[in-house]
Amino acid sequence: MDLFSETILDHYKHPSNKGSLKNPTITISEVNPLCGDKLKIDLKIDSKNRIKEIGITPQGCAISTASASLLSEKLIGKSLKEIEALTEKDIFKMLGIEINPGRIKCAMLPLVTIKKALLMKELKEKK
Amino acid sequence: MLNQSKIKNQFPIFSHKKDGKPLVFLDSASSTQKPKIVIDVLKNYYETSYANVHRGIYDLSEKSTEAYEKSRKTISKFINAKSAKEIIFTRNTTESINLIAYSFGNSNINKNDEIIVSALEHHSNLVPWQELAKRKHAKLKIIPLKKDLTLDFESYKKLLTKKTKIVAITAMSNVTGTIVPIEKFVKEARKYNAKILIDGAQSVPHLKTDVQKIDCDFLVFSAHKMLGPTGVGILYGKEATLDDMPPFLYGGDMISEVKQFNSSYAELPNKFEAGTPNIADVIAFEKAIEFIEEIGLENIEKHEKSLLKYAKEKFSKYPEVKLYTPKDCKNAGGILSFTVKGIHPHDLATIFNEDNVCIRTGQHCAAPLVESLGEIALNRMSFYVYNDFNDIDIAKKSLKKALKLFK
Ligand SMILES: Cc1ncc(COP(=O)(O)O)c(C=O)c1O
Repeated sequence: MDLFSETILDHYKHPSNKGSLKNPTITISEVNPLCGDKLKIDLKIDSKNRIKEIGITPQGCAISTASASLLSEKLIGKSLKEIEALTEKDIFKMLGIEINPGRIKCAMLPLVTIKKALLMKELKEKK
Repeated sequence: MLNQSKIKNQFPIFSHKKDGKPLVFLDSASSTQKPKIVIDVLKNYYETSYANVHRGIYDLSEKSTEAYEKSRKTISKFINAKSAKEIIFTRNTTESINLIAYSFGNSNINKNDEIIVSALEHHSNLVPWQELAKRKHAKLKIIPLKKDLTLDFESYKKLLTKKTKIVAITAMSNVTGTIVPIEKFVKEARKYNAKILIDGAQSVPHLKTDVQKIDCDFLVFSAHKMLGPTGVGILYGKEATLDDMPPFLYGGDMISEVKQFNSSYAELPNKFEAGTPNIADVIAFEKAIEFIEEIGLENIEKHEKSLLKYAKEKFSKYPEVKLYTPKDCKNAGGILSFTVKGIHPHDLATIFNEDNVCIRTGQHCAAPLVESLGEIALNRMSFYVYNDFNDIDIAKKSLKKALKLFK
């Protein structure tokens, strides 16, 4: 079974960085309207525009939850620029499994959510 | 029991295996597979008899028209309509409902009037009424669901008033499989002179339907959910009701006389069938109905009930499984929705898919209903003539595998 590798199942059952943060810099919730999956992400960003802390509250399938968990580990210490440069390819590589077209949305939900959060932050700062 | 292997043999798709695994198709509530005779008619018609209908004087066109109208006649008999004029061809159930919401709705619903639907509705029998209510500043009322997953008839009686212009309800839920005793609902609506539309998308393929006995104003359903081709929807309407309604789409085929600045419109059913229709698929649909009638709807219903009972028994053995079906099989068609603790429906369907078992997951185009059950998504198995106990056994094996994997 390729899709449900040990890593995926492990991160699904015990997601890293699970829970809300106190005083986050940004909070964003995103829904996958096809399956009703929900994901809330809290980010704490330091003065150098790097991710200092991340808190995820996933409510969805193994793929989207594992993707959120793995991504949360990967992003700590990363600059916002580096995050913006991440692509679908990076996510697939991070998950280490083959994603069929029907599940791409699940795999991408966490990154899409975080990018949206960063965009919102930028817009807010411009105002 | 139906003679399963004999029936399965008549559906070419079941002769194709995936990695040596036979196809276990448990998603007929979404759309069914097609028997060879339906596929053959399509091919044959295009190769030997195709021409547009209602137009040419030449033989081909006349024969096309004849076959197209013969299918209409067969459908009218299948649901016991008074006449073939009462059968209108659309693209699907959704379009049939929209036709009614626009044509009947726009000319009959006014400010403060009331429209009643139920908590069991598919989006296609909910959203068109939401929009109509918004357009006309009318009120949308919803018949609630009881704990046992049947509709609350007593609440329905209280919702009806003199202002109720139309009641639009399903005869069978595509999520819980609940069979609604529609005749009772129609009788009640009649006391208030309200029109009543029955969404038969799930019921007509599986239960004997007699529109004169039901006494509804409208019945809508889709050919693709009953062994027929995609692209054919049926709108049955009482002749007098349809006569009073303005056309929905305007153009060719639906006119009687056209002048430069004014036109008059054709009689039923052409009045509601503007433009070149889906001729080939309508003709092929007749074969699907003949196929169903040969097996017999009573036999189909009995067969599906026994599958439902069997599936309930097998799946309820697992404490992780929660079933969303009326307790009594009497109140349900061949549909079984369920959740599995600790496994998201999408993950479960992915594991089933590895065993070539097709189940539906998600919100089933009934988000308000699924949410009211307290779930974000459900798994659903649904049955038809080609399914057998073995299909359920294979699905059970997939479930066991999933439980082990996600332990
Ligand atoms: C109860 C019910 N109503 C309406 C529809 C819509 O049918 P169609 O997609 O053919 O328009 C469906 C199909 O899923 C259904 O189950």
